[in-house]
Amino acid sequence: MKFLVFVEQRDGKIRKASLEALSLARKLSGGPVAAVLPGKGVTALAKDLARYGAGTVYVADRDELALYSTKGYVGALAAAAEKEKPDAVLLAATAMGKDVAPRFAARRGVSALADVMELRVEAGRLVGSRPVYSGKARAEVDCGDSALQIATTRPNVFPAEAQEGPEPKIETLELGPIQPRAKVLRVETPESRELDVAEADVIVSGGRGIKGPENWPVIRDLQEALGAALGASRAVVDAGWIDHQHQVGQTGKVVSPTLYVACGISGAIQHLAGMGTSKVIVAINKDPDAPIFKVATYGVVGDLFQIVPEFAKAVRAAKAE
Amino acid sequence: MNSLVCIACVPDTETRIKIAADGKSIDESDVKWIVSPYDEYGLEEALRIKEKKGAGTVTVVGVGPERVKTSLRECLARGADEAVWVDSGDSRYLDALAIARALAAVARGGSYDFVWFGQKGVGYDEALVGPMTAELLDLPHVANVVKLEVGDGTATADREIEGAHEVVSCTLPAALTAQKGLNEPRYASLKGIMAAKKKTITEKKLADLGVPEADAAHARVRWRKLELPPPRKDVKLVPPDDPAAAGKELVRLLREEAKVI
Repeated sequence: MKFLVFVEQRDGKIRKASLEALSLARKLSGGPVAAVLPGKGVTALAKDLARYGAGTVYVADRDELALYSTKGYVGALAAAAEKEKPDAVLLAATAMGKDVAPRFAARRGVSALADVMELRVEAGRLVGSRPVYSGKARAEVDCGDSALQIATTRPNVFPAEAQEGPEPKIETLELGPIQPRAKVLRVETPESRELDVAEADVIVSGGRGIKGPENWPVIRDLQEALGAALGASRAVVDAGWIDHQHQVGQTGKVVSPTLYVACGISGAIQHLAGMGTSKVIVAINKDPDAPIFKVATYGVVGDLFQIVPEFAKAVRAAKAE
Repeated sequence: MNSLVCIACVPDTETRIKIAADGKSIDESDVKWIVSPYDEYGLEEALRIKEKKGAGTVTVVGVGPERVKTSLRECLARGADEAVWVDSGDSRYLDALAIARALAAVARGGSYDFVWFGQKGVGYDEALVGPMTAELLDLPHVANVVKLEVGDGTATADREIEGAHEVVSCTLPAALTAQKGLNEPRYASLKGIMAAKKKTITEKKLADLGVPEADAAHARVRWRKLELPPPRKDVKLVPPDDPAAAGKELVRLLREEAKVI
């Protein structure tokens, strides 16, 4: 099976989620695969992709690709697919991957297996497992009899595995003029660029139990000790205690970190749907009947204002060892 | 300015999902159906644009079985002017491209400055239909919009990406997918509910829209199996009485047993 992987970079750095998709493609194909890398000044980054499975890298290195545009980036993928003629295309299910995949799929008259958490090959066809109803169920899916199969992979689920290998073949893509009708003018990154819950390996979340936005420092302390991203329940987002970017759940972000720490979150069904696929869950809550304890691996039935600071202290002590 | 607002009718987010006897779909018997939450932000923004400009229409469209009509009626009650129901007939399941083809056909039948979607349907959670429809219509699109300013023949949208916003300038007409934070959707007023009863819902069939039969029969994404997530093990409780000891015990468990820190 021939794979082509769309590789994403931001600020000159390849995204880890793309390396995960690339490693997965190598594993599924049993050998090196092709990758496409659009951007400005990206040619220098192409070599490094060999370690993650790229035998050939199609490079679209243009000034007009410095910032993302659907037109430019989908155009690069389409041009690479034209040359490579893959059986399957993989992309990471990031904001960019979710933007590129459906446009490319529609152009080719197919659909896509979106946000898969498992992917295998069965008789030359992709079979994926993806959460539906925000994780309340999982569907095993395939691409029907589509000639071209497309899947996007959920970040943080598949390992990015580096192996030494020969240098990749670099192919430069010749693209026509790129004049996007939807054009990114600028990227606004908050001064305190925070790790996003969607790409975090560890998440510490706060819910109504924190009592008010003035108490975020208690949660932040643990978050920083663990090097985690900050999550929040819908209740506290709707109350205006924190921005929606942090919301985990059915109308927020659906996440699968290695460790999820829920502080003062009772665990509404929508929240559990959004984080139920986390590998390990720690719940700290006063109410022994809170539904969060039904999904938690470890729990403390107690006052978060007493437990969380001690937990943070113990984490710091352990890391200092 | 005219907007077409595409909506999906999905199980209420409170729903406990049960698997149907076929093992491939959900048991719909106790399901309450709602307008997919993200679609509400798209509808609200379309209504606000119309109100601000003092002219234009807001048309809502949904593809699916009869229940979609109830969702469309609700959108009419909130202020949409007209509605189109695309009856999916016997096809209980349509893949994203089939839905996008039907929606694109409806969009081609009118003249719209904006085609709105929710950033994803809270159900299949694919986030495919919006950008796919834009591609079929050859329109620019901006996904995950949290802020919008409408100019003359252009719009500037803030789009949410990982840990940042992209500020995107876009020519009109355009397709947009709405993210939470864009606005605070209104509820239907009693007057709106009464007025909605008099508004018409135009009915179309998939075949009328040139969506081939094969689209419905040969899904490009097939659900082979649907399962509930495996149950998690019982929680291991750490005594809270001595907070310092509890903190240390959590760390020990995470290090030595779970091996995650």
